[in-house]
Amino acid sequence: MSEKKILLGNEAIARGAYEAGVKVSAAYPGTPSTEISESIAKYDEIYAEWSPNEKVAAEVAIGASVAGARAMCSMKHVGVNVASDPLFTAAYTGVGGGLVVVAADDPGMYSSQNEQDSRMVARAAMIPVLEPSDSAEAKAFTKLAFDLSEAYDTPVMVRSTTRLSHSQGVVELEERKERECVPYERNIAKYVMMPANAIKRHVTVEERLKKMSEDASGMSLNRAEYRDLSVGFITSGIPYQYVREAMPEASVLKLGLVHPLPRKLIEEFASKVDRLYIFEELEPVIEEQVKSWGILKAVGKELFTVQGEYSANMLRERVLGQKCRSQAPAPVPARPPILCPGCPHRSVFSVLSRLKIHAAGDIGCYTLGALAPLSVIDSTICMGSSISTLHGMEKARGKEYIRNWVAVIGDSTFMHTGINSLMNMVYNQSSGTVVILDNSTTGMTGHQDHAATGKTLKGEVVPAINIATLCRSLGIEHVYEVNAFDLDGLEEAFQRETKRDAVSVIITKAPCVLLKGVNFPNKCVSIPEKCRKCGACLRPGCPALTKNADGTVSIDETMCNGCGLCAKLCKFDAIETRSKK
Amino acid sequence: MDVKNIMIVGVGGQGTLLTSRILGNLAISAGFDVKLSEVHGMAQRGGSVVTFVRYGEQVAEPIVEEGCADVLIAFERLEALRYLHFLKEDGVIIVNDWRIDPITVVTGAAQYPENIVDTLQAVRKTIAVEATKTAIEMGAPKAFNVVVLGAAARYMSFSKEDWIRVIEKTVPTKTVEINRKAFEAGYCMEEA
Repeated sequence: MSEKKILLGNEAIARGAYEAGVKVSAAYPGTPSTEISESIAKYDEIYAEWSPNEKVAAEVAIGASVAGARAMCSMKHVGVNVASDPLFTAAYTGVGGGLVVVAADDPGMYSSQNEQDSRMVARAAMIPVLEPSDSAEAKAFTKLAFDLSEAYDTPVMVRSTTRLSHSQGVVELEERKERECVPYERNIAKYVMMPANAIKRHVTVEERLKKMSEDASGMSLNRAEYRDLSVGFITSGIPYQYVREAMPEASVLKLGLVHPLPRKLIEEFASKVDRLYIFEELEPVIEEQVKSWGILKAVGKELFTVQGEYSANMLRERVLGQKCRSQAPAPVPARPPILCPGCPHRSVFSVLSRLKIHAAGDIGCYTLGALAPLSVIDSTICMGSSISTLHGMEKARGKEYIRNWVAVIGDSTFMHTGINSLMNMVYNQSSGTVVILDNSTTGMTGHQDHAATGKTLKGEVVPAINIATLCRSLGIEHVYEVNAFDLDGLEEAFQRETKRDAVSVIITKAPCVLLKGVNFPNKCVSIPEKCRKCGACLRPGCPALTKNADGTVSIDETMCNGCGLCAKLCKFDAIETRSKK
Repeated sequence: MDVKNIMIVGVGGQGTLLTSRILGNLAISAGFDVKLSEVHGMAQRGGSVVTFVRYGEQVAEPIVEEGCADVLIAFERLEALRYLHFLKEDGVIIVNDWRIDPITVVTGAAQYPENIVDTLQAVRKTIAVEATKTAIEMGAPKAFNVVVLGAAARYMSFSKEDWIRVIEKTVPTKTVEINRKAFEAGYCMEEA
């Protein structure tokens, strides 16, 4: 009856939510969490949305929970920061229907601006944390998280990492269990967090965590696997798999609940094994608590790093003293990520670069504009920060200082939190220039819709918020839309607006070249005999172009998308655009 | 049977994800425990990407570690060289004999290594296939990855019929026919 399927960790989390009877799911895309919502959206029984940001997503889920339904929000680790305001207080109110927050961390920073550990945030917020080790557990623990959420009246975090979210493993599918909404009752002592009520709820929170910590030692998701007692590991999540791979004979205390910790179980395990290692990626969250209980023989970050991903080879080398590397990596040129051939951002950046304009950057594919040869972006902090950091620069150094500066931000990031910063520019009388790179999608995470694209996560067509109209509605007089491949139009707009003594917004428009249906009619073809070897076409760094040994240029037709930027930059007609047909 | 470790490496956008999923579905249909590890997000944008496929009776970690790979499938020469040290001594490399310059080479900051296939062949069993050229000739340049997979299939223990059945199940419906042809072309390629 039951069906076995191979699922991504993220798909398994979505399946778990489905089987648990979730009614509402909200999220903002962010690697490595994005596929959770994309998979949930496929279930007709679940209302699923892209919210403009993680704070809104968390609040949508909280609202659904208060209304009595099982609800989930999912986000990447830095999204937890954005959502932390509602989450910290949702820990006080507790839940109506089960409420689960999925946080996907990114050890090794495959696609992130920092490497923070969401377990630390959950501890600060006093929210319990479950950590699965493979796709099968990702599904099982997500379901369990809803049961625990309701049993202990608390939001529960399911913590994933890139390696779990983006690994596929075998999962046994089960049926969905529909759940009636918990009957709604007005209860302001629980749900209105003003001081008099919150003071009492804080007591409840502390009692709940204490109770859960006592119960944890008996929970099946924490499991002592006794084998060779001379060496034992306390571990959880993906690192558990590395222990099983490298040292299959070692005893393991596998924690499924990593906050609060099962103290009794840990003390018992520690007393039975001779050597004790704590093997956890990123921060020493388990280790510091275990050591604070006087279990000082535990070895953790003395041996294992707080940075990057772990591996089985790390254990073989540092615990077993084996030499794993039989040969050194070959010395090869690095291949960092790069804007795609035909990317409209490259066209915009090529103009900014030529005009020697600096940019306060933001989070998206366009962050890659910081790298050579474009070298346009000077700073990138977090979602929405480009506009506010440019404003801060102006207030520190004066209007003249930012005459050769702009803020660059994508359409999705602008809708996420950029709009707040733009309001601030208007309110506090900035004169900066904001460039919104509107490619009609959330690009880097793999093309998700947002409030300005006119389509929902479920694929419904809805009215799109018009970004230009939105900006004008703030009282900004100078809002201009320019085609992202109109080099003259861009140059004119940048020169004019950076000189202006008022806030202005330039919206550069052209859809992401990877979006379905986007297809340039032409391809670019080089004509070597006309080439003067000046290198102008190579300056924007399109990966489809290669400089030949003789200085001429060839264009890889399997990569070229035919945007024509290189042809426009060639003054000698040595690159032509020809019909693809 | 020992766990089999397969690596698929290439340049973001070359289809390493789809290829690893075909292989994953094949292994699960043969009744194996399977784990795959993929790369999403910024790293996909034209950067060096690697996906891992592990299958066997029971698979613990989802990644393939240095010195442990049985088969290294490379969609581009430089990427084969980059991950060469992941291969076991008796492992085999199937490499698409194709060059894509990384931005570090385009800007002149680095040199693209010469004679990569010779370098690979000197240390490990290496099968170089002209998959991109073949795919262009077939009129489907993007299907080169399935050509490479076809060539690699001869070094794995699944039947040709099973491969084709899983490819038909995994790829988008519109591309089934061309992918089947691409696989056949790779499978029938003479060793260079």
